[in-house]
Amino acid sequence: MDILLPFFVAIPVFSAIFMLIVGKWEKRIFPRVWSIITTASLVVLLIIIYNKGTIVHEVGGWKPPYGIVLIKDNLSMLMLIIVNVVAFLTIIYSFSYITRYEDYLRFFSLFMLMLAGMNGVVLSGDLFNLFVFLEIASIASYALVGYGVGAEELEASFKYLILGVLASTLILFGIGMVYSVTGSVNMADIARFLINHPGNRAVLMATGLFLLGFGLKAGLVPFHAWLPDAHPSAPAPISAMLSGVLIKVLGIYALIRVSYHIIGITPLVSQIFIVIGCLSMVVGALMGFGQDDIKRLFAFSSISQMGYVMVGIGLGTPLGIIGALFHLLNHAGFKSLLFLSSGAIEGETGTRKLSLLGGLREKMPITSTSSVVGALSISGVPPFNGFWSKLIILLAALKAGNIPVAAILVFTAFLTLSYYLRFQKNAIFGEVRKKVEGAREAPIPMVAPLVLFAVFCLFAGIFNNSIITNIIMPAQEILLDQQAYIMSILGSM
Amino acid sequence: MTLYFLDFFLLTVGLYALIAKRHIVKKILGVAIMEYAVNFFLILIGFKKAGIAPILTKDMDIATFIQTAVDPLPQALVLTSIVIGLGTLALMVSIAIRLYERYGTFDMHEINRLKG
Repeated sequence: MDILLPFFVAIPVFSAIFMLIVGKWEKRIFPRVWSIITTASLVVLLIIIYNKGTIVHEVGGWKPPYGIVLIKDNLSMLMLIIVNVVAFLTIIYSFSYITRYEDYLRFFSLFMLMLAGMNGVVLSGDLFNLFVFLEIASIASYALVGYGVGAEELEASFKYLILGVLASTLILFGIGMVYSVTGSVNMADIARFLINHPGNRAVLMATGLFLLGFGLKAGLVPFHAWLPDAHPSAPAPISAMLSGVLIKVLGIYALIRVSYHIIGITPLVSQIFIVIGCLSMVVGALMGFGQDDIKRLFAFSSISQMGYVMVGIGLGTPLGIIGALFHLLNHAGFKSLLFLSSGAIEGETGTRKLSLLGGLREKMPITSTSSVVGALSISGVPPFNGFWSKLIILLAALKAGNIPVAAILVFTAFLTLSYYLRFQKNAIFGEVRKKVEGAREAPIPMVAPLVLFAVFCLFAGIFNNSIITNIIMPAQEILLDQQAYIMSILGSM
Repeated sequence: MTLYFLDFFLLTVGLYALIAKRHIVKKILGVAIMEYAVNFFLILIGFKKAGIAPILTKDMDIATFIQTAVDPLPQALVLTSIVIGLGTLALMVSIAIRLYERYGTFDMHEINRLKG
């Protein structure tokens, strides 16, 4: 069974190269159909390994800690589900969306490379390997942000690139630091060494570097400057992937894997997580208020929602982590939905300014209904999924006795609700404006993913109990049990 | 020890160029300098004065081999990181050229249509 793990990286990489070769003869239909087949096969692979527990694959047969390992534990499984399902639905959406660009081939090819990088980050059991996959995903995403090659797209792409490269360099520097102390780049081996030799100053500096680097990749305040430019400038499916998946995998996932499993969480680091989380929540929500561009509004709300996750992770209690991971899953659902619907709206009306939109409900009923579901979920209205994850994080903060944080959580929830109500009032409801008059419902491949995401938001809200027990709880257990993680790779402490 | 300090100085030079300079090409140079500094740091970790290549031949004593051979892993890491750096640099330069076509300038202060 462990032989299946490398395919999560190999299938998309092979697919990207194969697409470029065959694309010389068939440029229009083939890349679109081929990428649907690729992502569908990844989802099938996901279903096959879903129930198999922890799987460790030793690449090339070299035993850890000397060789590279790929590991699928319950936390990786949660992230794999997010990455591959969102990618599959986004690719279906791109089938119609891509017709507004001239070059189909490179879009799908870069998309597949980004997917391969993210799957690699999630599966990697080796710190340097994690860095390499992180760079594959990042470089593909820099290129995809500037895919429109307009002046503003290129500017956003360049700003993103500069900060992304800075982040990568800091992460590599941190890895060098850790290696100089422990003499290993295998995550479990480093963790075992650090448990036996605690209190090293160089590791503290490496922690700081990782926090800076992964924080930049996650777009947390105060490292968020690139995010509100890059996410709106990208094509809609890429915005959905960036906001829905990429910042979570490269930022949050890598940060929690490093802090909980490798270096070991300390009260100082948890405090920093909580402070950064609160800052992100409030600043993101306040900035979201003044935005006229709906994609910029969604981008700022991504920063704010990642703050929730960071607070849950920083609380460090099982309840807090369950809330954080559940919010991670939910945010992937509704933020992808909102960004995809913004692409559909922009395609039909030619604008994404709130001041020019209005009355979309009458012209584009399905898109409007699903984006209303997304907006209600993200604002935390019951019975949608966002309500439950925010509630769990709030309860965890109250249970930990952290009243100021709980107050900030509630305050941000109100802010979020109010700026999403503004989006609904101006864009979806109200009278039909001039720009909207000619709009029709988007084509089926674009509408179907929206409906599926909306159904997910509703069902994850109603059946939150079974999702938490089946997917979230196992991930939380492995996250808090550093020894079990080390044992699963090395076989001994 | 001096080497580590010099390396850290190189890193800060790159960081300064990346953050404080307005010219795009200078920013790109800053990125390149930072990457070299980090690569150099990795090499320094495995460095030994008068070290030998880490290949164990039959006539060698294992104890002296361990003492004199350099650590080969950082070198492998640096090779990978140089290749990644090349990829990033190529993308950066090509975006800079496209930016010049659109804005007619390399000055980052004049390339500010987005609010940030």
